[in-house]
Amino acid sequence: MAIAAITCNPALCTGCQVCEFACALAKAKSFDLEIARIRTARPEPDQAVSIACRLCPSPPCVASCPRDALSQDPAKGIILLNKARCSGCGWCIEACEFGAIAMDPSTKSVVICDLCPDLPKPRCLELCPQQALSLSSPAQTAGRNRDRAARRELASP
Amino acid sequence: MEPGFRLLVIDLGASSASTQVVPPSYVEHYLGGVGLVVRLLWDYCPPGADPLGPDNPLVFATGAMAGTLVPTSSKHAVAAKSPLTGFVGDSLSGGPWSLAFRRTGYSAIVVQGMAPTPTYVFIDDDTVHFRPATHLWGRGSYETEQLIRKELGDSAVRVSSIGPAGENKVRYACIGNDGTRQAGRTGLGAVMGSKRLKAIAVRGTRAVQVANHDRLVQVSIDLLKRGQGPATEKYRILGTVGNVLSLNRLGALPTNNFQRSTFPGAEAVSGEYLYQRYFRNTSACPACPIACQHNYRVTEGEYQGTRAQLDYESLFALGPLNGIASLPPILRAAQLCDELGLDTISTGVALAWAAECYQRGVLDEVDRGALHPAFGDYEALLRMLPRIATRSGLGDLLAEGVKRASASVGQGSEHWAMHAKGLELPGYEPRTLKTLALGLATGTRGGCHNRSAAYDVDMSGTVDRFRGEVGRGPLAAETEDLAATLDSLILCKFIRRCFDDLYAESARLFSLTTGLNSDAKELRRAGQRVVNLKKAFNIREGWTHQDDTLPPRLFSDPLPDGVGQGVSLGREELELMIADYYQARGWTAQGLIPEKKLRELGMGDIAAQLREVHDGHRRHNL
Repeated sequence: MAIAAITCNPALCTGCQVCEFACALAKAKSFDLEIARIRTARPEPDQAVSIACRLCPSPPCVASCPRDALSQDPAKGIILLNKARCSGCGWCIEACEFGAIAMDPSTKSVVICDLCPDLPKPRCLELCPQQALSLSSPAQTAGRNRDRAARRELASP
Repeated sequence: MEPGFRLLVIDLGASSASTQVVPPSYVEHYLGGVGLVVRLLWDYCPPGADPLGPDNPLVFATGAMAGTLVPTSSKHAVAAKSPLTGFVGDSLSGGPWSLAFRRTGYSAIVVQGMAPTPTYVFIDDDTVHFRPATHLWGRGSYETEQLIRKELGDSAVRVSSIGPAGENKVRYACIGNDGTRQAGRTGLGAVMGSKRLKAIAVRGTRAVQVANHDRLVQVSIDLLKRGQGPATEKYRILGTVGNVLSLNRLGALPTNNFQRSTFPGAEAVSGEYLYQRYFRNTSACPACPIACQHNYRVTEGEYQGTRAQLDYESLFALGPLNGIASLPPILRAAQLCDELGLDTISTGVALAWAAECYQRGVLDEVDRGALHPAFGDYEALLRMLPRIATRSGLGDLLAEGVKRASASVGQGSEHWAMHAKGLELPGYEPRTLKTLALGLATGTRGGCHNRSAAYDVDMSGTVDRFRGEVGRGPLAAETEDLAATLDSLILCKFIRRCFDDLYAESARLFSLTTGLNSDAKELRRAGQRVVNLKKAFNIREGWTHQDDTLPPRLFSDPLPDGVGQGVSLGREELELMIADYYQARGWTAQGLIPEKKLRELGMGDIAAQLREVHDGHRRHNL
């Protein structure tokens, strides 16, 4: 199976942050949104998009970790953390261009989306009221965008 | 949850802040939200305070469930003595500010005093900073938000602020947050401006704790699902702007300053056309599946680049009420109002009043460039907005609201000053919606459709909406109680149809969150308490039966066309309903609250203080 990351369709995202709640509930059984692995960005008052780990094939976070605490699961692409090695320095947070890594103040180590391996599908996907989230491989995302572009092209006079 | 609600008391004069605990009985009795801000207003506002003086406190509070997954719970209420009505002023806003504020660990803020120079407050979890805002003074609401986020270096900071209208104490200035959300009505932005408080920035990083986490989550998820179904379709798909055509058909769309109740240009400003032509996407408050905020963009023509959110009330006020039948300038006006910090309803009504003054030759002074409002003249309307916000020229008069403006202009212009208790009327025609007329006349915050949803009764098809009669009193009171309950819990009214038994199910949500016992009966009583508390505040501030009335136009001008042709509102008809309403409330024939009634509701403390004020008045008068 191709590596598929949680992807948000900004045209559907309303900025409701239910994905953040879903994540905090799945990971900590709490409403502690600070440790949510998916976060809603709001660049404009009428625009929002939720962002989780992109599962980059050459992950800068892994490369940046001075203590080799991070590694990438070759099959699923998720970033694995060796908690014993993590000092909480936050260098990976600086390296991630998507802001997809958060610091958990209670454990003083970082948290990253793991696609909820124990659940049938990630909790955020399950609860998103707008069905704005999907698990998409780069090929799937490209395919969707191609379809959209084609529709636009064919619709225009 | 933390022991009780934590309250932050800010003194702007001394740049000091202290943390207190809200008495548990306040939460038991008044729930939170509107109930709590009004209860705190009662404590912190000295009787007779000048609404724009340092003694008038500005109070903020979330509901008990804010910061949880309970759908639509992350909203906040604001209250002060209204500079528009002189009575209780309370307003709700939603958006991420409410959630971020609740996550600071506080549930309420009381702002007292006046800052010597423009200031903003930054609540960073437990720490309160007072920061200079001179560089922000004069800037628009959203621009202010962005500058503060930049200055504090954190996009997670959420900001509630005033625009130029609030700074200049326009009596219907609002307090905006997150770019598009407004605590819109009753002029609370002017109170904030009078305190030289430009903004309240918050960064909350704490997890809200609740009494029964697992159950609450279960019920919330179920409600999230129901919120995506047919019960919320109206708000999700077209949004409230869908009202334009239906109200037009019902002869209930106020047009040209309530001169008529149908609008020939209705199709051109309909929600349907708006959707088809300008719709972009929707935005939601935190934890809300409905996403009622419809965002529009104008991508061509003279108003290209306009980005605005619009709901029915803003559309009616800036459109049909001013005879304007073109959407791009209406969207532009809505965007400008948000930036300037103007309440769209009051602004629209003030401009429509002025347009009628010119139509009748009552006003003849014109602004620079021979500018004056006229029905259908959207360019004049757009150019007037900044003048109102900065109180320049004619804008200074209109910034006072139609009650004061018409009193100062005189010449019969009170006749078409469309307000109740000084608050400009919303977009429903009282002559063809008679239960609504009752709700508008008796409402504690003045002419308002949000605190009394009596039009629901008229639309239900079970009453003759063209006729006011005995029996409407209890019906109007019931919609008012329900609104007070929802506004205090806080749950959004747009989710109300998702419940099978609204009172019982929301009592359960409240219990699961707070650990307090509650049931449908207790929740109904809480709603009644909130209504009575607001009324008690008004009585304390000098309310008399004469204040429960509507503009003369509605009594003497029959509607000229539509299904309501020939219909007006009878004075006796309204009085009859008002008497019925007072009786349903258990109030005296003069609309005063008997001490017994307050005690029956467990409001003995309010009864005692109200009597003290009364005795004081009497001594003073002797």
